[in-house]
Amino acid sequence: MNKEKVIEVIGLGASFDDTVVLSDVTFSACKGDITVVLGASGSGKSTVLNHLLGLIPVEKGYVSVLGKDISNITEAEQLNLYLQMGVFYQSGALLNSMTVGENVALPLKQHSNLPDSLIEEIVYMKLGLVHLQHAFHLYPSQLSGGMLKRAALARAIVMDPPLLFCDEPGAGLDPVSLASLDELIVNLQKQLGISVVLVTHEVTSIMRIADRIVFLDNGIVVFEGSLKNALESDIDSVKQFFSVINEADRYK
Amino acid sequence: MEKTNSKEVFIAPEKDFIYRFQDNTLYLSKSLLLPQTIWLTKKIPKEIRSFKVKSVVLNLDELQNIDSAGVMALFHLKDKLKKMGISARIEGGSKSILEKIDLFSPGHLPAHEIPVKAGFLERTGDAVSYFFTEFVFGFITLAADVFYWSVADIFRSRSRREGEVANQAVLIGVNASLIVIFMSFVIGLVIALQSSGQLRNFGANIYIVDLTVIAMMSQMGPLITAILVAGRSGSSIAAEIATMKVTAELNALKTMGLNPIRFVVVPKLYACLITMPFLIIFANVSGILGGGVAAYIYLDITPEIFTNRMALVMQNKDLITGFVKSQVYASLIVLTGSFFGFRVERGAEGVGKVTTTAVVVAISLVILADSILGLLFY
Repeated sequence: MNKEKVIEVIGLGASFDDTVVLSDVTFSACKGDITVVLGASGSGKSTVLNHLLGLIPVEKGYVSVLGKDISNITEAEQLNLYLQMGVFYQSGALLNSMTVGENVALPLKQHSNLPDSLIEEIVYMKLGLVHLQHAFHLYPSQLSGGMLKRAALARAIVMDPPLLFCDEPGAGLDPVSLASLDELIVNLQKQLGISVVLVTHEVTSIMRIADRIVFLDNGIVVFEGSLKNALESDIDSVKQFFSVINEADRYK
Repeated sequence: MEKTNSKEVFIAPEKDFIYRFQDNTLYLSKSLLLPQTIWLTKKIPKEIRSFKVKSVVLNLDELQNIDSAGVMALFHLKDKLKKMGISARIEGGSKSILEKIDLFSPGHLPAHEIPVKAGFLERTGDAVSYFFTEFVFGFITLAADVFYWSVADIFRSRSRREGEVANQAVLIGVNASLIVIFMSFVIGLVIALQSSGQLRNFGANIYIVDLTVIAMMSQMGPLITAILVAGRSGSSIAAEIATMKVTAELNALKTMGLNPIRFVVVPKLYACLITMPFLIIFANVSGILGGGVAAYIYLDITPEIFTNRMALVMQNKDLITGFVKSQVYASLIVLTGSFFGFRVERGAEGVGKVTTTAVVVAISLVILADSILGLLFY
């Protein structure tokens, strides 16, 4: 059965000055899946994500997010699209001048007419989902790296978006915190039924959470398919990327 | 017509959400998502109250979709009705709806903690204690550290950052010289200008020289210079150190075995101590020059008369006073900027906050020190 596509990228190209960053990127992400966009540093992962988020205008190719062609989109349509997506930034990107509760409540306060008491309850509940209720009144500077990421995740899902983007969520985390964050993302994806597009190069994370893999190398998609197929792939760059796991197995 | 507790309501603008009230039961149909929650929080409670019922059932059998905001709004409605004296219970709902309700149920949320507010005396005591322990003691500790490392640095020239003092001298002193000269000239000119009218009335034109020279050399020259340097370099020192702390550069220095005070603060202190006397001399000269221009234009005092009188008025004491002040002000500016820079909290916003505080406190301390030194050297 063909799944509904939440993201469709066809022939996306991008260059900065004279440097070609993306040549011909084509892939799609399906509803309810965790799609991992991966590749080595400088492969163009972040550029692809920035295109999907509408932060870089699409100059070449076709990009559709939640059925909306974003290469030809008005400001109002883009805003409406932003309300349907959550973004989880690498650094957390919480506003340091606000408490965790205020940070998580921010999208709700801006985009709904709900009474403050109800917003506070929703925020408590969302913080509960990421096991961070005790941090409601704390400032981001008072949180550990792992807590900061979980708070950022709570803010990303506060509007119940059907689509969640995660930009290197595990960067800077220790393996235990990383495993717990991965588990959280998988659980939330199952509980909330959302689609997740995750950019990372953490092999252990990919093994734990990926449904589908989109592998970028030098600005082109060299592999797209299931994790199982990726692990069995004959493509050099993909094989080399996943060889780390085999090396780790040797020490078992 | 009297209202009955049986009424059917269809909401035209919200096609995705329908509700109707029938036989003490509120039937919710289609989608209860974030945009629709407003009905549950605003309109529906009022309508239910108008039916004057004692209990109500919230029936979810016809509901197809619900999100976290919808679940929370449902519980919010239940609480609101309870406060109105109407008991409410939720019934029905498909498996997926019940799963969502279970997932987003607020039942496990902890009660809000209401912090106990301290009394006036307790708060005043806390504030005074905080001021002395955090600010006064902290400032004195930093001053002691900076003094120790600035003396120690003289004897450990090998590990000193080469060229850093000269670099800071350019940033703090040389780059500030033009603004100091210009502002002092204008202030000297204005002092002489404002006084000339009064002196002319008494036929005491020549005393414009005494007034300008004494005012500039013993008070205005050092004070103007210190205020300008505090505003210009004090803020930059605070912002630089605060940014270094926020970006963990200070931690990096520590873990590399480098003392941040010696590495960052001491070169700035040396630079400020060295350049400040020169800046004050520039300020004095240009201020007196400004006074001379005003004296020539408004009181017909020629440059020759002005310089002759100036030689009589000037005292060595004024030069020594100016030098002592320059050293005190330089230390205060660098110490205040560093103190607040090291105290930064909460990232980018904190940097802005400590920078502003550093400038305000540095200028206040300079004026306070000026009063004390003015009394000492009177």
